[in-house]
Formats: sequence, structure tokens, C-alpha cells
Amino acid sequence: MTEALVRDLEAARLRYVLQLADTSLVLAQRLGEWVGHAPALEEDLGLANVALDLLGQARLLLGYAAELEGRGRSEDDLAFSRDQGEFLNVTLAEQPNGDFACTIVRQVLIDAFQLELYDSLQRSSDHRLAEIAAKSLKETRYHLAYSAGWLLRLGDGTAESHARSQAALDALWRFTVELFAADDSDTAAADAGIAPHLSELEPRWSERIQELLRQATLMPPPHTPYRWQGKRGEHSEHLGYLLADMQFLYRAYPGARW
Amino acid sequence: MIEPAMTPEWSLYEVFIRARSGLEHKHVGSVHAADAPMALQHARDVYTRRQEGVSIWVVKSVDIVASDPADADAWFEPARDKIYRHPTFYAIPDEVKNL
Repeated sequence: MTEALVRDLEAARLRYVLQLADTSLVLAQRLGEWVGHAPALEEDLGLANVALDLLGQARLLLGYAAELEGRGRSEDDLAFSRDQGEFLNVTLAEQPNGDFACTIVRQVLIDAFQLELYDSLQRSSDHRLAEIAAKSLKETRYHLAYSAGWLLRLGDGTAESHARSQAALDALWRFTVELFAADDSDTAAADAGIAPHLSELEPRWSERIQELLRQATLMPPPHTPYRWQGKRGEHSEHLGYLLADMQFLYRAYPGARW
Repeated sequence: MIEPAMTPEWSLYEVFIRARSGLEHKHVGSVHAADAPMALQHARDVYTRRQEGVSIWVVKSVDIVASDPADADAWFEPARDKIYRHPTFYAIPDEVKNL
């Protein structure tokens, strides 16, 4: 490989790792917002457990990204000092919690995505990513069992819970196109054997989601062509508020430690 | 936090955790849940966050048959003065080498 190609590949690798890290980090922050507000004590802990798993994934990935970047920044610097346009999470992850049905639908869609992603990523030519994926896959299996369990209860529950989950699905479905829309770093990472091709993940994700929706008596919304660009740093209006909340302390008291 | 008053259909389950393979399951507390699978998940989420266990049992609290605390005197006091039921009550003769 020529030097320029190597540089391009390393840039794509860093960007790809940041995409994965930011999706987990932003979703962890969203789930953390439920702490103290969940419908029951047990769900409070359940959601917090998922959030902490995702935060753990984000820390491993951001730590790796910091090494790849090689500019002396730490995982904390990457989490707390980057601005909205530098965050590369999928747009779905930053969507507000809404009601419990909305949180659960968002979670099912992302859990099922991460399940296929980590499953394939275990065979990455990048050993660090393969190790992180293997650890994260175990966590994600539980996350999906948790969220899918609730989707069935809500969808196939009362008229009220059914209506709320269908509304959540209808509102969030448009963000799923982005999950499988490969951008340049996705394609470069896949071509280099670092990442799976998103087009391979999509049918597996789709089959699982369709089956879950059928069991939950929910109607799959029609396909929407519009593609959000969170992975490119172009976000919905919600991410800025989330980051303000998440980054305030670090920015107001630089170097503060527990 | 909404307590059971707002979730009247949720039952109380008692939770038993096995700390390591080979040990017995021990009672650790209780959770509320709509059914048994949810009770298991809740038990996992509430009681195994610090590596407390490798196996969980849940049992509906109403399925446990318990002695009446009011009967405690009649049921358990009579055993108090029968220390001869403890093996340590008996002196072991010197001739007995292996017991």
C-alpha cells in the first residue's frame, strides 16, 4: 500500500471506531436519564444496567480511538471536549426518551443492530475491535432480551400500551435507514476487513425485527427513503442538549476528578 | 419511583441466589414482576450487579408457606433446654480415636 492509502485507511479506522463509540455513549447517556424516573425500582436498575454496559463499551472504544488518533487525548477528552459536529453516533441513538414505549422501541432497534454488528465484528482483522466486540456481544444479548421482552408486553398488552408502542415505532422507524447506509469510512473499513459490510447485517436485522414486531402485534412502518446523517456529524436538534448536560461538568471544571 | 400501589397486577417474588457452583441458593430479597420470566430478569438486574451469583431462583411469595410468628413460643422455645440434642453435649471417651 502506498503511504497515502495507509493514511486513508487509518483515518477510516479511527472514524469507524468513533462511530461505534459515540452510538454507545449517547445511548448510555439517554438511558441514564431514566435513573430515578423509571416506572418501577426494578426497571430503574434494569435500564441503568444497560446504560452502564453501553458506557463500558464506549470507554473501551474511545480509549482505542484516542490511541489511534495519537494526539495525546484521553477517552475523557474525546467524550467531553468534542462538539456536536464531531460526534458520529447514529441519529436514532440521540432521540429523546419520550415515554417508556418510545425508549423501548429505540432500544430494540439499536440492540438488534448491535447484536448483528458485534457478532460479525468478532471476526474483524482488527484484534482490538474483535476483542471489544466479543465482550460487548454478551452484554447485547441481554440488552435485546430485556428490550424485546418489553416490546412484546407493550405491543401485545393493553390498547393504551399498544397504541403508544405503535406510535413510537412510527416515529422512530425513519431513523433506521441510517443504520445500514454505508458512508466512506464504513466502506473503507469493510473493504479492509476491519468491519462487516452493513449490507450483510441488514437482512439479519430486518428478519429479527419483523419477527419481533409480528409477535408484538405491531405494524412495520413503510420504508422511508430519507437518510439521516448522524454518522457524518449532522445531527437532529436533540444532540446539543444531551451533550450540554453530559459535558457541562468537565468543561466547567477542567481536570476535575472523583 | 412508582411503588406497587400503581402496579397492582405485579406480584412479589422471593429471590434466591447461588454465589458459586456447589453452594446452595440463598435468599437475598424480593422483586416485583408481572410474571416469572420478568421476575428472573428483575432479580438479575437488582441482585447480581456485583457478581453476587451464577444462578437465580425466583418463587412467588404467596407460594411460600410460613410459620406464624405468633406461634414462635410454642414451636421453638421447647428446643431451648434440650442441649443434649447437640453432639457437643457428649464427652468423647479417650479410647475413641476416630469419630
